[in-house]
Amino acid sequence: MSEKQFDYYLKGEKGDYEVVIGLEVHAQVLSKAKLFSASATQFGAEPNSQVSLVDAAMPGMLPVINKFCIEQAVKTGLGLNAKINTFSKFDRKNYFYADLPQGYQISQFKHPIVGEGKVILDMPYGTKEVGIERLHLEQDAGKSMHDQDPNHSFVDLNRSGIALMEIVSKPDLRSPSEVGEYIKKLRSIMRYLNTCDGNMEQGSLRADVNVSVRLKNSKNFGTRCEIKNVNSIKFMQQAIEYEARRQINLIEDGKEVDQETRLFDTKKQETRSMRSKEDAHDYRYFPDPDLLPLEIDEKYIEDLKKTLPELPDQKKQRLISDFKLTSYEASVIISDQAVSEYYEKVAKNSDYKLAATWLMGDLFATLNKEAKDITESPVSAENLAKMINLIKDGTISGKIAKTVFEEMVKSDGDPLKIVEDKGLKQTSDPKEIENIVDKILASNQDKVEQYKSGKDKLFGFFVGQVMKEMKGKGNPQMINDILKNKLK
Amino acid sequence: MSEIYQLSLFELVNKIKSKEISCEEATKSYVERSSKSKKLNCYVEETFDIALKKAKDLDQSFNPDKKLFGAPIAVKDLFCTNGVQTTASSKMLKGFKPQYESTVTEKLWNEGANLLGKLNCDEYAMGSSNETSYFGNVINPYRNDEDLVPGGSSGGCSSSVAANLTSATVGTDTGGSIRQPASFTGIVGLKPTYGRCSRWGIVAFASSLDQAGPMTKDVKDSALMMEVIAGHDEKDSTSAKKNVEPFSSKLTKDIKGLKIGIPKEYKVDGMPKEILDLWDKGIEISKSLGCEIKEISLPHTKYALPAYYIIAPAEASSNLARYDGVKYGFRAEGKDLIEMYENTRAQGFGDEVKRRILIGTYVLSSGYYDAYYLKALKVRRLIKNDFDEAFKEVDTILTPTTPSSAFAIGKNDDDPISMYLNDVFTVPVNLAGLPAISFPAGYDQKNLPLGLQLIGKSFDEQTILNNAYAIEQNINFKPNYKDWWI
Repeated sequence: MSEKQFDYYLKGEKGDYEVVIGLEVHAQVLSKAKLFSASATQFGAEPNSQVSLVDAAMPGMLPVINKFCIEQAVKTGLGLNAKINTFSKFDRKNYFYADLPQGYQISQFKHPIVGEGKVILDMPYGTKEVGIERLHLEQDAGKSMHDQDPNHSFVDLNRSGIALMEIVSKPDLRSPSEVGEYIKKLRSIMRYLNTCDGNMEQGSLRADVNVSVRLKNSKNFGTRCEIKNVNSIKFMQQAIEYEARRQINLIEDGKEVDQETRLFDTKKQETRSMRSKEDAHDYRYFPDPDLLPLEIDEKYIEDLKKTLPELPDQKKQRLISDFKLTSYEASVIISDQAVSEYYEKVAKNSDYKLAATWLMGDLFATLNKEAKDITESPVSAENLAKMINLIKDGTISGKIAKTVFEEMVKSDGDPLKIVEDKGLKQTSDPKEIENIVDKILASNQDKVEQYKSGKDKLFGFFVGQVMKEMKGKGNPQMINDILKNKLK
Repeated sequence: MSEIYQLSLFELVNKIKSKEISCEEATKSYVERSSKSKKLNCYVEETFDIALKKAKDLDQSFNPDKKLFGAPIAVKDLFCTNGVQTTASSKMLKGFKPQYESTVTEKLWNEGANLLGKLNCDEYAMGSSNETSYFGNVINPYRNDEDLVPGGSSGGCSSSVAANLTSATVGTDTGGSIRQPASFTGIVGLKPTYGRCSRWGIVAFASSLDQAGPMTKDVKDSALMMEVIAGHDEKDSTSAKKNVEPFSSKLTKDIKGLKIGIPKEYKVDGMPKEILDLWDKGIEISKSLGCEIKEISLPHTKYALPAYYIIAPAEASSNLARYDGVKYGFRAEGKDLIEMYENTRAQGFGDEVKRRILIGTYVLSSGYYDAYYLKALKVRRLIKNDFDEAFKEVDTILTPTTPSSAFAIGKNDDDPISMYLNDVFTVPVNLAGLPAISFPAGYDQKNLPLGLQLIGKSFDEQTILNNAYAIEQNINFKPNYKDWWI
């Protein structure tokens, strides 16, 4: 197989530019309670209905670490092949904002809970390793609402104190599509681990995107800009494209790129300056004196390791070796845990290859059309396996199977029953097929002559005629064999 | 017969339990005296009516198993009290009524104590004279020709215990805020080991130093109060999982063989002779009780005060960020969010609080963090090490509590540094997280009370209580003020 070459370079007068990207992904920890309080974390609840005294920063309130969130972070760290730090600390990041009740965010600055790790991406030009710098835990802020009243802003503290994992990548990404694959891979790992639901439209996964450009083959990084809080893969990709081009234009014009924080305007599809380096906050980080350092022992980590499910990369290898799937098929199937579970159910009860073909072909098309998730599939894994087995044992042809499948989408009925009810059963009686073959050949003497004089292509015509006569239910292999024999 | 309010907490509770006195009588006695003592300005909030009603209820549900049954107790206005205004003596929280009860005060009520009201203190516990309170100065019942400060920050506490306006109280001590005012008013104040009492529900000043503790008429009362308020609390991650001793029943005068350290670094230049004399008196009494006196060295003592005045403001600058006018308490409007913040905090905080927020913000700023905050943390570690070394040799350490007796109101107004010097003997204890008790040792030439401080090993409150108890019995300190304010 010839691999494509990486080719995301942006043209400029001075040469081709390479885009360098690093992400700070904020992933909401899947947990019923907040990081330092027992309040609920349900999405879409009535404003300020999930706020404890701690979340509202009432005087004298103190944070208490939610152990489950620690477990989730450690699990995620293990999923990122990362070093788990047995000693970590919570720090206060101080700044004023109306939706930050404490006047500081509890985060981890110097000593994060998870250290360096890596994520492997499957790109069309081969695998790509992206380094993870660190993962740390922090509190989310509340939400300011400026559109409720002409003269006032409102604050909803439901999100205040919810646990986030900030996953910081190394500046290893080089294109919008790599960013897309990276986010999908992170999301897939966390979904397998059940540590983050990855719902970007609900804000459970969002990212700050650091972008810089440099001339191809240059060794030094350019000055980077940070695009804050982008909440969809598409917007990330658009923002990167815009921002890279903006920076290249500055360089080409002999100007400097200023290190700054920028916002992506999704309507205008452009980034704009939010604050410059000079205006950057001094967050005055210092260890939170309300919390003791977090110490976890090796045994805890080892025990957690044992509870980890099979992760996407491992599953992919297994699907390739056990089910003989191609690397591409395997990576499509494992990208979603539910899809892979569906696949395995079908494959184990029917045929590995046909299962992959039908899943990635007709079933995906159907799900796409009906905007459904695999968990809501109108065709159950059991019935799809049964249908594939009907193909395998010759009861129906691949072509008839399409008709059967359409019926199954409507009703999720038993494929055998559909075949019987609709009379779709394949005819494999050699006598019956032979009779029809004879009949077709007899009524097409001229074509038989042409065939015999070398017009091989007409073979398909005869097959088609026989099939038509048999209303599509003839066993194609047998039709082929009998025809070949008769036309010798 | 002496008045009810003159009884110690221990005596009072016993008389209530033996039905010599009813809860109602006890409460009435304190309410009446407190009502006649407004000149001392001890109370920020009085809940006398509620207390009287509660006292009747207590009499109805008589329960002698409760350790503080029927004891009328006012508490420092830093403890959040459910439905009762809690201000930290700041304009910022004027009118603020928490919907929750601090763990420490909850424990008091669970043992049958009865809330009399909230006691004045320095604003957000920042001060050594109770002069920074938004609600005005507290006056010391001891006086010369002029009104004297009661010490701070727990000035309302010290003055009200000394003047018999409450049977006992709880204060908080970040750098000496229980012990220094106790020394200034001739009462007993104990700062427990850091982590001994829950900080949950106490308005935070400096989280790594703050600790609640009892302020009482004598050492036995202190032991009884400790027994009630100490204990692990899941809601405070820094509270320790330590068993709570029955401090009062284990209290003993027998301290024979106890090794008491005398730190040479505490003999600071210019310390008044009468303080040295009282210190010597404490040493002599201890010797006569069979204690072994050892000179010890705490070499980093002189760095304690500067380190404290970096660490405490640093934490305070962050702890006080929540008072921003957005959610509760005082708000001054502005044309936008920033201006609202600025107006609120400019008008809501007093000068000393602002000074400390500025210092704290400065020492945590990038570029200064290492030189100030980080260095102060290192000093703190060295100070802790000094004590650890010393406690290999001795069981307790005896020092004066303060370098002077109570001073006149306004005396240190323009000089924050000399005000900060009040804490020179108390601050190292907070930095090391150790327990220490101040108890009255006698009077100086101006006839003002002075205290001695006993510092103990971590979580060994019992030994300093015993030590103080034994010395107290020999000193036999008696309040000598007249009720000049009534």
